[in-house]
Amino acid sequence: MAEKLTREGLAALRASLTTTNEKDAKGGKQYLLVCGGTACDSNGGMGLYAALKKAAEYASANVSIVRTGCMGFCERGPIVKVLPSDIFYVDVKPEDAAAIINEHIVGGQIVTRLLYDKSQAEVGNQGKDIDFYAKQQRIVLRHCGLIDPEKIDDYIAHEGYLGLEKALFDMTPAGIIQEILDSGLRGRGGAGFPTGKKWQFSAGVEADQKYIVCNADEGDPGAYMDRSTLEGDPHAILEAMMIAGRATGATKGFIYIRAEYPLAIKRLQIAIEQARAYGLLGCENILGSDFTFDIELRFGAGAFVCGEETALLASIEGKRGQPTPRPPFPAVKGLWGKPTIINNVETLANVAAIIVKGAKWFSSIGTETSKGTKVFALTGKVKNSGLIEVPMGITLREIIFDIGGGIPNGRKFKAAQTGGPSGGMIPPEFLDMPIDYESLAKIGSIMGSGGLIVMDDTDCIVDVAKFYLEFTVDESCGKCMPCRIGGRALLNTLTRISEGNGEPSDIQKMRDICDAMNRASLCGLGQTASNPVQAMLRYFMDEVLEHINNRKCPSGKCKKLVQYRINPDRCVGCTACARVCPVGAITGKVKEKHVIDPQKCVKCGQCYNTCKLHAITIA
Amino acid sequence: MSQDTKTLTPELRAFIEEWKPKPGNLIMVLHRIQQTYGYMPREIVLELSDLLEVPLAKIYGVITFYNFFKLKQPGRNLIQVCLGTACYLKGGDDIMKALEAELGVGVNTVTPDGEFSTEAVRCLGCCGLAPVIVINGEVFGKVTKAMLPGILDKFRNK
Repeated sequence: MAEKLTREGLAALRASLTTTNEKDAKGGKQYLLVCGGTACDSNGGMGLYAALKKAAEYASANVSIVRTGCMGFCERGPIVKVLPSDIFYVDVKPEDAAAIINEHIVGGQIVTRLLYDKSQAEVGNQGKDIDFYAKQQRIVLRHCGLIDPEKIDDYIAHEGYLGLEKALFDMTPAGIIQEILDSGLRGRGGAGFPTGKKWQFSAGVEADQKYIVCNADEGDPGAYMDRSTLEGDPHAILEAMMIAGRATGATKGFIYIRAEYPLAIKRLQIAIEQARAYGLLGCENILGSDFTFDIELRFGAGAFVCGEETALLASIEGKRGQPTPRPPFPAVKGLWGKPTIINNVETLANVAAIIVKGAKWFSSIGTETSKGTKVFALTGKVKNSGLIEVPMGITLREIIFDIGGGIPNGRKFKAAQTGGPSGGMIPPEFLDMPIDYESLAKIGSIMGSGGLIVMDDTDCIVDVAKFYLEFTVDESCGKCMPCRIGGRALLNTLTRISEGNGEPSDIQKMRDICDAMNRASLCGLGQTASNPVQAMLRYFMDEVLEHINNRKCPSGKCKKLVQYRINPDRCVGCTACARVCPVGAITGKVKEKHVIDPQKCVKCGQCYNTCKLHAITIA
Repeated sequence: MSQDTKTLTPELRAFIEEWKPKPGNLIMVLHRIQQTYGYMPREIVLELSDLLEVPLAKIYGVITFYNFFKLKQPGRNLIQVCLGTACYLKGGDDIMKALEAELGVGVNTVTPDGEFSTEAVRCLGCCGLAPVIVINGEVFGKVTKAMLPGILDKFRNK
């Protein structure tokens, strides 16, 4: 491995890998792809992989077992996919390994009981026929669930480093930037700034040193797109950073990654070592060109504000992650005062594909202003939660009801939340609006990094807004006043409302604070922190007023507003509730109806959880 | 527990020497210290200040800014309860309360026998399994209150 690859060497390696794969395919070799994402792994996927290997060895089956990155369908994991037949197994346990190997791989019989749709046994239930995948289009996640992320050869065999090759030998730096500009790629981290423009700024500045930074400090609660991309396709990020380096004249890159993502860190470290061994990284004259580039990892330490560019740079410099006013923008004056481009993981994951397939191809996907695809972490109250990649312009209804399979337990859809603590709650009337940067901004939310959380009618909007404010108050760095004090004031008001102490004047007060935070905060965190509250006031005013005027929480989530009562028709006098009540608010004799004294009740909910007959009601 | 004075291990000292010339080294060194000791022992931070020639106040400024760095020693088994949005909506909050009741101590406090401590974390990135808890790096998904005693027994006195 020690030999450094030239352009010809890389092409020859790719050709030989492809020939081997084709020969294997002709020889009837099958592939078992086992999802190695975090969710599947912790659900028994690790044991499953070992069990499959053992069973295959025992049966001397002509099969290659690959541990891939996240396949997205986390809800039904661990997942196993068989290629080339494209049969898709869900909820696979280690005990099922022998059946898959012996019946399917060796015997050619599909294991019906492990299929997603068991009624489709005859046609085989191919992966792409599953509703969850039917409307998806994979660019960012093109290699996730397909290649072994710990093998650089797997990546190279799937057009890996082809983009770098093209960028180094067939394109000028200005040409690369033009291609990215033409593609219409916009930053996937939140604000949606055109990526090509960012590169152009940095390329236009004269400096002895420039940097490329990959922002992998995915801090949004409820979002794990970047984690899955890094775990499933680490080389794509390295390749994109090199292309960005070539385009702008940077020779050094940093990946700023959350320390909470140990598996992603490990896979990146392996990828960097492998790329260095091939001479693709960490040396001069990469592939025989005049290009030099190296990448190092830097760990984040749990500060949401570090998603803000200037704060992130301060953190890489080893300081407290506090933002500074812009301009100067990092593309002009960034890391240690040098021009620095900061791109998010998902943005970068598009780059090599754009260079290989061209700007025209990319810009043919999506809407007028938002090109390409978007990865969402679809979670909350949906049947099929998981990681999805969809073309821009898809509607929320398609995502939630077609891909996500709708709301479980027959409940009603109440709201969808995008953009995490910086986004807003989207009410049902916008279910059919095509999703892109502009449309989401118009209705008071943002695209954000891609968390998409679905809420049903048991979720309380005041409670959710409070949850997000708790988060931003905790994560505010405290440097500027509007964010530090405004956030706290909003949180206090929401807490009062959720406890039944709200006043009609609170509405205007909250509006004023939101406005002040929005206009006067130093960085993106403060400027957007009030979005959940604004969305609440805009679309869910009835629910807020119910809390303030009638001291009631319609969904029963705000514990302090709940009145517990015992339904005498159901109570059999078992005394279970009276025994768990910590304040002795429940009285009644054995086999007689019990009652709750509302004066004494502290609304802890213990009786409600204890009663097996559902005799305790919430009103 | 372990009030004995700590000093830098030779490996740590070598690691710090290796990183010393690199700009922006402080956070990476702090990560290594926490990896070794599970938290930031004051004696070690004092030594670090001398070695890196960085004022103690600056180091503590950085440690206290970031959620990840701990000033107190956690229990022998560290329980992390996810309170990201998906887990919160699916009852992560109740899991936290049930754990506190089960262990008899609040969040960020070590049980008297030194076995467990609990902390709240934001999004572990496996929302598909919500609600999620992690003990010593091992992920438990779709956790219910009824499962907790069984899970804790797997770690107690082991």
